[in-house]
Amino acid sequence: MTFVQNLTLFVLAAFVGYEIITKIPTNLHTPLMSGANAISGITLLGSIVVAGSGSTGLATGLGFVAVVMATINVVGGYLVSHSMLKQFSGGRN
Amino acid sequence: MAGIISSYLPEAALQLAYLVAGILFIQGLRDMTHPRTATRGNQISAAGMFLAVLVTALWFEILSPLLVGAALLIGGAVGVWLAVTVETTEMPQLVGLFNGFGGGASALVAGAELIDQFNGLAVGALPIGLTASAAIAGIIGSVTFWGSLVAGGKLHGVVGDSPVSTNVGHALKASSLGIALVAGLFLIVQPDLLGAAPLAGWIPSYWVLVVAASLLGIFLVVPIGGADMPVVIALLNSYSGLAAATTGFVLNNTVLIIAGTLVGASGMILTVIMCESMNRSLTNVFFGGLGSDDGDSEDMEEIYEGQIQETSGDEVVMLLETARRVVVVPGYGMAVAQAQHAVAELVELLDEDGVDVEFGIHPVAGRMPGHMNALLAEADVPYEKMRELEEVNPTFSQTDVVIVTGANDVVNPKANEDDGSPISGMPVLNVEEAGQVIVNKRSLSPGFSGIPNPLFARDNTSMLYGDAKASMQDLVNKYKEARS
Repeated sequence: MTFVQNLTLFVLAAFVGYEIITKIPTNLHTPLMSGANAISGITLLGSIVVAGSGSTGLATGLGFVAVVMATINVVGGYLVSHSMLKQFSGGRN
Repeated sequence: MAGIISSYLPEAALQLAYLVAGILFIQGLRDMTHPRTATRGNQISAAGMFLAVLVTALWFEILSPLLVGAALLIGGAVGVWLAVTVETTEMPQLVGLFNGFGGGASALVAGAELIDQFNGLAVGALPIGLTASAAIAGIIGSVTFWGSLVAGGKLHGVVGDSPVSTNVGHALKASSLGIALVAGLFLIVQPDLLGAAPLAGWIPSYWVLVVAASLLGIFLVVPIGGADMPVVIALLNSYSGLAAATTGFVLNNTVLIIAGTLVGASGMILTVIMCESMNRSLTNVFFGGLGSDDGDSEDMEEIYEGQIQETSGDEVVMLLETARRVVVVPGYGMAVAQAQHAVAELVELLDEDGVDVEFGIHPVAGRMPGHMNALLAEADVPYEKMRELEEVNPTFSQTDVVIVTGANDVVNPKANEDDGSPISGMPVLNVEEAGQVIVNKRSLSPGFSGIPNPLFARDNTSMLYGDAKASMQDLVNKYKEARS
């Protein structure tokens, strides 16, 4: 049952994503990409759960590496987008 | 795992917090639809991420806060360092690298979760939902990690970027995919081939899957030429999102599913847009090489022989002084030469003198969707002056002067005229319709597509040879002199 609920969520999110993202202008595609990239670092959550709850040393070790990688993705992605977007909105008019 | 906090609050509190985070991601993307609100959108999205991480850390009362804290610190420091030291021209490879880390993290989490669950269980004891999601996350995550590393390496120039297409390559791709799928199937079905051995006997099949998928990622991207890297990066971005969503299925985590799906959709849409801008299909990007060198060198001499007119900075300035409408077409060559600031200054001067001046930007100018816009924004070019291909194309016939700087394939009329050409059908900027075309380029060498450009030989085209930065700075200086 949970699988079906997850699937429902997945399909609905895909529709919402399509509707919004097709409205984003070309000019903003690079910041969109690095922003979306940062969002994909949401695996950080999975990493945190596993790194913390690992009952074996190996699982904990893998989780640790995963947290490091995902954090680089999240922090770096948002910062890169931010510095790009600041230039877009700050341009003289 | 759930401890003190969860004994006071119902599970619904955690789920509601995830729902709020999901809403923040969606609202953040909605704000990205306009440059004025985009910065806020990015911040809203980051707030969603912060909330999701905070709630997860509190709720699960991580066994070793020290360990997780250390990992967050290390990752955060590396991320900040990479983000603040990057040049705008190097942005695409950095985004590729970040992407890879996201995918890699997904594959590792799925593996760690499997190891946790496997412990001491009998064969067939794991639910199919878990093993299937883990197998998919493992394959997508590994392909994303290695594929992104290779793509980033190509853009950075550490991996060769010429397109190759061989039967051996196709066989390697097919066999590594096959091995990954078989290993995944073993994981999902959990056959008791090992007798009544404990399930731990099947752990290795996940790592066989990871190794095979890693090889697949490398074999897939190595043969693809540098010109197609924007498509590859967009597609891998989509994969990393899908990997995150699949991890959400493994861990039954709603916010992972929502966020991962949004990223998957975004990457997929950008991939399609990039393919359309180059008139290429995805299959073509992955299995065919762009550009051939057969006979093109003779062809080039034939087209250019005696037809090339050279111009100088002084002549260009004279043209600009009498022009009423000017369009600048920038390409990656301008970005590499760091000429965007000089170009922006020239445009500003013309604008002050009442000339109608705009930028015509091809969707694949640069190394990533919208990369050129980001480069120009860095040089303070106002958003309103950047025009997309469909907007600017009808205006070229009323344009007096077009300055093409560092761009080549995106202004090649062969795309419209020559059916047999590799770029045939690709939408291009029809700059030859303007009164006068100035092409600023260091030589007549071909661009990424490897084919000559008949535009250079047109009657109304003049070549302004030289490095983009030096040439544009020269134009700025001469224009200022002429004005005073």
